[in-house]
Amino acid sequence: MSNVAIRNLQIELGGTKVIESLNLDVKAGEFVVLLGPSGCGKSTLLHSIAGLIDTTSGQIEIGGKDMTWADPKDRGIALVFQSYALYPTMNVENNMSFGLRISGTPKAEIARRVSRASDMLQLGPLLKRKPANLSGGQRQRVAIGRAIVREADVMLFDEPLSNLDAKLRTELRRELKQLHKQLGATMIYVTHDQVEAMTLAQRMAVMKGGVVQQFDTPANIYNEPANLFVATFLGSPGMNLFRGRLEQHGGRTLFRNEHLAVDVTHYPFRQPPVGTRECVLGVRPEDIDIGNTDGAEGILGATVSLVEAMGAHRVLWLDFHGTQIAGIVQDQQKIDSDKDISFSIRTKRLSLFDGASEQRL
Amino acid sequence: MTNAVIKKRAGVSIAAYIALIPMALTVLLAYLGTMLWTARVSVSSSRTFPNSDFVGASQYIRLFNNERWLLSLQNVAVYGVLFIAACLIIGFLLAVFIDQKVMAEGALRTIFLYPYAMSFVATGLIWQWILNPELGIQEVLRKLGFTEARFDWIVDQDMAIYTIVIATVWQASGLVMALMLSGLRGIDEELWKAARIDGIPRWRVYVSIVLPMLGPSVSTAFVLLFVMVVKVFDSVVAMTQGGPGTASEVPAKFIMDYLFGRANIGLASAASIVLLATVLAIVAPLYYVRTRRADKGM
Amino acid sequence: MGYVVKQENAVIAVAEASSAAANDSGVAAANALSSAAGRRRKLAWTPARAGVYAFLIVAALFFLLPLYVMLVTSVKPMEEIRLGTLFALPVNLTLEPWVQAWQSACTGLECDGIRGGFWNSVAIVVPSTILSIAIGAVNGYALSFWRPRGAGVLFAILMMGAFIPVQVMVYPLVRVLAAVDLFSSLPGIVLIHTIFGMPVMTLLFRNYYAALPMELFKAARIDGGGFWRIFLQLMLPMSTPVIVVAVIMQVTGIWNDFLLGLVFAGSEHLPMTVQLNNIINTTTGERLYNVNMAATILTSVVPLALYFISGRWFVRGIASGAVKG
Repeated sequence: MSNVAIRNLQIELGGTKVIESLNLDVKAGEFVVLLGPSGCGKSTLLHSIAGLIDTTSGQIEIGGKDMTWADPKDRGIALVFQSYALYPTMNVENNMSFGLRISGTPKAEIARRVSRASDMLQLGPLLKRKPANLSGGQRQRVAIGRAIVREADVMLFDEPLSNLDAKLRTELRRELKQLHKQLGATMIYVTHDQVEAMTLAQRMAVMKGGVVQQFDTPANIYNEPANLFVATFLGSPGMNLFRGRLEQHGGRTLFRNEHLAVDVTHYPFRQPPVGTRECVLGVRPEDIDIGNTDGAEGILGATVSLVEAMGAHRVLWLDFHGTQIAGIVQDQQKIDSDKDISFSIRTKRLSLFDGASEQRL
Repeated sequence: MTNAVIKKRAGVSIAAYIALIPMALTVLLAYLGTMLWTARVSVSSSRTFPNSDFVGASQYIRLFNNERWLLSLQNVAVYGVLFIAACLIIGFLLAVFIDQKVMAEGALRTIFLYPYAMSFVATGLIWQWILNPELGIQEVLRKLGFTEARFDWIVDQDMAIYTIVIATVWQASGLVMALMLSGLRGIDEELWKAARIDGIPRWRVYVSIVLPMLGPSVSTAFVLLFVMVVKVFDSVVAMTQGGPGTASEVPAKFIMDYLFGRANIGLASAASIVLLATVLAIVAPLYYVRTRRADKGM
Repeated sequence: MGYVVKQENAVIAVAEASSAAANDSGVAAANALSSAAGRRRKLAWTPARAGVYAFLIVAALFFLLPLYVMLVTSVKPMEEIRLGTLFALPVNLTLEPWVQAWQSACTGLECDGIRGGFWNSVAIVVPSTILSIAIGAVNGYALSFWRPRGAGVLFAILMMGAFIPVQVMVYPLVRVLAAVDLFSSLPGIVLIHTIFGMPVMTLLFRNYYAALPMELFKAARIDGGGFWRIFLQLMLPMSTPVIVVAVIMQVTGIWNDFLLGLVFAGSEHLPMTVQLNNIINTTTGERLYNVNMAATILTSVVPLALYFISGRWFVRGIASGAVKG
């Protein structure tokens, strides 16, 4: 179990700064997810932790030792690839044991590790098969098995579930979480899928353009996104956004635009608000109270434009003076399209962002 | 041709059948037909013209009592082993080394492959000149001071066949390199990374992972080279004319000589059938293995 | 490929190039990084890397040697050649051997140079290439889209036929051609080349068409297209890449052919390769090595030029023609 500390990491490839002044501290035994859209640098970061990409400047510390220039095989890491990267001409057993055989691990030890990994991942019946004769999910398990036998302190995952179908993904997701409990290794996991990130991470780093936007627990990131990008990246349907101004009236702070006004006096501002400023109000769909207007701030009117039945709940798209906002309805009340409906905004969990810098206020 | 869309079974128009007539004719007459014809002649006593008698296996017996034929078989066997081995090894090494992200990779590839664009005749003639005992390499060596140097293989009974090996290996190694290179390039980058993380040294990756994966490329190269060996004719005619004497005789030339020069088509046909049988004996099993592998989805 | 940087995840590919250095040197810490913004990281110079270059350079010299000798010999006067200095550059450079080779070298009975052979080869190659490609394309098209009954079997035998030694087929073909008065004639040799080129051409086109989406074909049929209309108006226009490869393969192969031309072309249409061999190996008196080399170069000009111009297409031809079965 090792920690991973990244200090002032800079990675330039072909003249472009892919990662700039990145700092990250992963505690020993933690499950950290790197989440972000394509091209945000998360894979590059992971590969540089693995030692496959050289850094321009900065340090990478693994288990308290400076591993910035160490060979991948000396870093105590294991990596599971998106495309599995299994050796095609070897069977499952040999795939898992090849690296150990090369490094001179005694036969008994190899056998012990392989059988332990194969028990954890139910690979027993597959040991003599070649990758070509395995399904996608089985191949991915073998890839994970190959990583496990290294008994590495840090396990890295590069979008391992992206090539699998939806059902398999949910299954393997649960298995991975189990695995983490069993092994207790530090795990760093890269994905662009927010559901994976939210369910697997103990802490997650949302990345964009090579910069970590926010590094916190999934709950904190979801409830208190640090900026507009993070706010809109997580959550499905996405956060509803309203542009407007913060104004002071008497002792109260109000968010106002031409269609609504919300009292945000009790909002946990980072710095006390002064004067007026342009800002953006973010309200999650589940905080849009539809129909039920008890104890709400103010009743607003909109027209229903679309109803999406999701099984357990329904997503209601409302046309609010030209903007589409989403709300969630749990009950089974009949709601027709193109009908007028009233809603209100629950103010317990709002987000306010500065209009220009898009940072959380 | 009209756009006749007269539907036969499963909507296949008759035009398709008509369009394939040249192929059908070629297969039936030019391939199967000639094979049967030659087989028939090989069991007759035909000399200049085909006889319709039947002499059983006597042509074959005469064939295997013919010194020149036996020598040609020996030569082609020696030649074949050396040629195929050298081409595979050199081609593989060239491909691997070029794959090391060297500079001027394009120029190197061009240099190694250009001999394959030349005819076997031209190759034979150039090397005939280079290996010329009086004015070629031997003379260069002697002028450099090695006054007793000998490189007159081309006029040496025992060594002539090896000169053919040199010339044709020069020509065909580039082909093997091209095949192996495309095989190498088809290997997923992530496989290399996985091997790095597993701590596998580069040479070991080539031996234990890459080489087995190149199986199809190697077998394709082997088949192509094998066919070249069986066919070897042009380079022998150009380089040594089968000589000195009959020292570098090969089956293909033997057959051509007996068909046209010595007007003994019965014997020549028997030899052709033997050649055919040898080719099929090697190619058919390989083909079978390949098709079975394809069926198993590998 | 590893040197070009693209913006998406292929940044990893460039990284691989630089990290390969770490592997080679074996001591990652020693891999002093000199990379500044925009400059590709240089790979470390190690004994292993020097060995790689040494091998490649020696090999390159071996491969270039005959070309050099050929060129140098062809521009030397005979006095210099008799000196036996194979590798020496010419002192008195002369183009006389080339002129001689082209127009006055003796090919057996005539002394008209190799130019006759050149034009013969052209006359053989052009129609043979066109015909064999046309038939190969139609075959490939019919086999991959229409699949008439029995065609699969025929195709399999055709493929096996590519391995049959020519000697098995030569004499019967001679008899057949003689019977229809096509033996030793230009149409005869063209027909022969078409027959022998059919397996590879058919395979090439079949594989190419098999990679095109079947939906395209089905849509055309729904639109009312028949066999020939679909071929001529849809498939053929889309076949440019494979036709380029086919042309390269056939021109090279037919131009370089020796045996078939020797047997079937007849003394009036002997291709250049046959005449070349005649010039060099049937001379009486002193051998004019410079003329011989000039003639050899002249014979190789067309396929070599095609090779150098076509580059990647040539390799593609090897790769596709080589995938048998």
